[in-house]
Amino acid sequence: MWDFPLFPEQASTLAGWVDGVFFYGLGISVFFTTLICFLVIFFAVKYRRGSRADRSNPVTHNTTIEVLWIGIPLMLALVLFFASTFVYYHLIQYPADSSEIYVLGKQWMWEIQHPEGRREINTLHVAVGRPVRLTMTSQDVIHSFYIPAFRVKQDVVPGRYTSMWFQPTKPGTYHLFCAEYCGTLHSGMIGKIVVMEPAEYEAWLQSGTERESMAAEGERLFRQYGCSGCHGRNASVRAPLLDGVYGHSVALSDGRVVKADERYIRDSILLPGSQVVAGYDPVMPTFEGHINEGDLLKIIAYIKSIGNTERAGR
Amino acid sequence: MSATVEEPRGGGGDGEYRGERKNYLTDGYGILSWLLTTDHKRIGLLYMVSITIFFFVGGAAATLIRLELMTPSGDIVQAETYNKLFTLHGVAMTFFFLIPSIPAVFGNFLVPLMIGAKDLAFPKLNLLSWYLYTIGGVLAVVSLLLGGVDTGWTFYVPYSTMFSNSAVIPAAMGAFVVGFSSILTGLNFIVTIHKMRAPGMTWFRMPLFIWAHYATSLIMILGTPVVSITLLLLALERVFRVGIFDPALGGDPILFQHLFWFYSHPAVYIMILPGMGVISEIVTCFSRRPVFGYRFMAGAVLAIAIFGFVVWGHHMFVSGQSMYGGMVFSFLSFVVAIPSAVKVFNWTATLYKGSFSFDTPMLYALGFIGLFTIGGLTGLFLASLATDVHMHDTYFVVAHFHYIMVGATVMAYLGAVHFWWPKMTGKMYPELWGKLSALLVFVGFNLTFFPQFVLGYLGMPRRYYQYPPEFQVLNVMSTAGASILAVGYLLPLIYLTISLWFERDAGPNPWDASGLEWETTSPPPKFNFDETPVVTGGPYVYPLGEPEGQDERLPVEPQPLPAGRS
Repeated sequence: MWDFPLFPEQASTLAGWVDGVFFYGLGISVFFTTLICFLVIFFAVKYRRGSRADRSNPVTHNTTIEVLWIGIPLMLALVLFFASTFVYYHLIQYPADSSEIYVLGKQWMWEIQHPEGRREINTLHVAVGRPVRLTMTSQDVIHSFYIPAFRVKQDVVPGRYTSMWFQPTKPGTYHLFCAEYCGTLHSGMIGKIVVMEPAEYEAWLQSGTERESMAAEGERLFRQYGCSGCHGRNASVRAPLLDGVYGHSVALSDGRVVKADERYIRDSILLPGSQVVAGYDPVMPTFEGHINEGDLLKIIAYIKSIGNTERAGR
Repeated sequence: MSATVEEPRGGGGDGEYRGERKNYLTDGYGILSWLLTTDHKRIGLLYMVSITIFFFVGGAAATLIRLELMTPSGDIVQAETYNKLFTLHGVAMTFFFLIPSIPAVFGNFLVPLMIGAKDLAFPKLNLLSWYLYTIGGVLAVVSLLLGGVDTGWTFYVPYSTMFSNSAVIPAAMGAFVVGFSSILTGLNFIVTIHKMRAPGMTWFRMPLFIWAHYATSLIMILGTPVVSITLLLLALERVFRVGIFDPALGGDPILFQHLFWFYSHPAVYIMILPGMGVISEIVTCFSRRPVFGYRFMAGAVLAIAIFGFVVWGHHMFVSGQSMYGGMVFSFLSFVVAIPSAVKVFNWTATLYKGSFSFDTPMLYALGFIGLFTIGGLTGLFLASLATDVHMHDTYFVVAHFHYIMVGATVMAYLGAVHFWWPKMTGKMYPELWGKLSALLVFVGFNLTFFPQFVLGYLGMPRRYYQYPPEFQVLNVMSTAGASILAVGYLLPLIYLTISLWFERDAGPNPWDASGLEWETTSPPPKFNFDETPVVTGGPYVYPLGEPEGQDERLPVEPQPLPAGRS
């Protein structure tokens, strides 16, 4: 019964950094708590009513000491701020070679889709030593993807994509929790992260029943929803070609220049009138309500997959 | 407070016979004399009864929550019921207990007394504020009777607007209405403190209790309208499907969080600043010392109130707000921690060379200092970005804010109850029971909430009805602590009630305390003072530097401190 953990496992490259910041803060906290408790108890005993302690020359204010106890804690706090912000920056900035996995939160489960095609529910398989970036959205309310052993957490918000990244360092199975209250079975929206050796992971990726990659499925959906009718090469309607768009800057008709990321593509499909490419007419109908989040992710994966091809026909 | 006040004598000029002088409690007995009263002291007592009811409603919900969490799997209640219980606990405790607690009870009772006024500036608005509180409370009870609410007290969208099947509207409207009672109270305090101070009561002669309530009132009138608007927008979306927050309707769910925390973070300071004011009064009285660094203490509460308005984004570090936004909010959150540290250091320095007695209010005050220190320092981890990413929405957050709101604020509230009970009722209470309750609350509190820090860093998310089995031992400790805490909270309810009939009379100043409220009778007469007091010096006139720590009061004509001496 007394065999219970007091400190979480460290299983990602940044977990040790986060814990470093934590221990610095813990040091400050223990020092000041001890100091205050000691002084309060010491004064309470020494200056108890009736004691013969020396009470001569009492002071009621002292600006120097006030400045000192504003200054010293401020310095200690600023060190914590800068150290923590430095680590946070690295928690946010994912490495360029991260592989991508898509996460869809819904009441009350996690749907996970690997670009190679494998899909899973409430379990995420990853390879040890490889950075992974999750692109996440929710189909209903706000959820939050939380892996304590990796010290990472990110809210998963309907209507937009959020992302987080991590690089596992130890094979094993770790908790996955939903951290943002999402309704009746919130505490049931849990799962596990399975960290495998790279070779094992490759074998696992190939072993599923799904044979098609997300991009290939996306290409099919691109035709099925009629996107290719306008955005295809031989289209009769004049619409921008999407080859080579992803990750590049796009000039809009209202003069703005935006980067074509997942959010841009998503908004262009659901709210086409909000960002019309310069030189084109706002003729695209909205797909709001006609396309589910899962299909949307696949179409985005497809558009991403042609993002690196040569810009043709412009 | 040094002041020249006529010693109250039996038999005022009100036709009563000698020795049976009327006080605010005996000035009218019928139920209407209470329900239609405009006396700030009676309204304070009305609030005290009302918030005590909500405290025990919220406490009952907490008891069921802790019982449920004794085992990893769900057993005592259904998941849905559990969600309704923590929502009820949060709504009852924040909106109906903590926010009104010290300001509406002791602020109402003491602000006019401490500055030498007859009443608050707008007595009828004051009564209206209690009625608004009551209407809000009735709405909250209606939502409970309709089956309860399961959104959490934060009402996060789109869950609350589009997905929850529970009685969200009555609860949100309850919080909406009770907000106006808070606004009226704040307005009343600000005008009263500006315009109704007794002759000679300059700004830097005011007790720190008054400074704390001034700062609190600023937050109440500037922050509360924002949450009122937000709750109204929530109702618009839920009832009329107006797309404000739900992305499916074209809204933005993060906008709700910005608006909600713009009020609800400063609201934390509504809860803690009045407590700080109480502690300054108690610590000085029972260590027989003027407060150390008076001007810094007054400045610190104002700084907390002002900086408190620009840190709300630290509730949203993982919500999807921009990385740079997070950095700015993190920096400002560290800045707001500094004036809180100044308060703690100055209280500690006040004890130096004092003459200490361990009466019940002082035990509560010392408990406050310890728990507030831990609560404040653990806030640093949540202001810091990298650690907050891990700890956000875990039990670490739960433990942190309970150290501030329960550890500190409720300790201060109970300290205030014991300190001013003789003034409010004219009766003492059994000292031994008081000390026992203070001890039980302190021990029970730490046993309940300290394990939750560990649980949080291990990664146990909050609002979880069931949890992985390795978290059980710490949860059982927490529940065991809660049972001690419950006894600690029930005791004062019992012995204080009994004291009304069976305890000895307190006399005007049982603690030999400094301050205008102690210069009048206990309980005070309807208009507080027979003659308007004239203030001639700063607050906290206690004998300094006496070798034996004299228990005696100052001579009748105290040496006035130089104006503004801190």
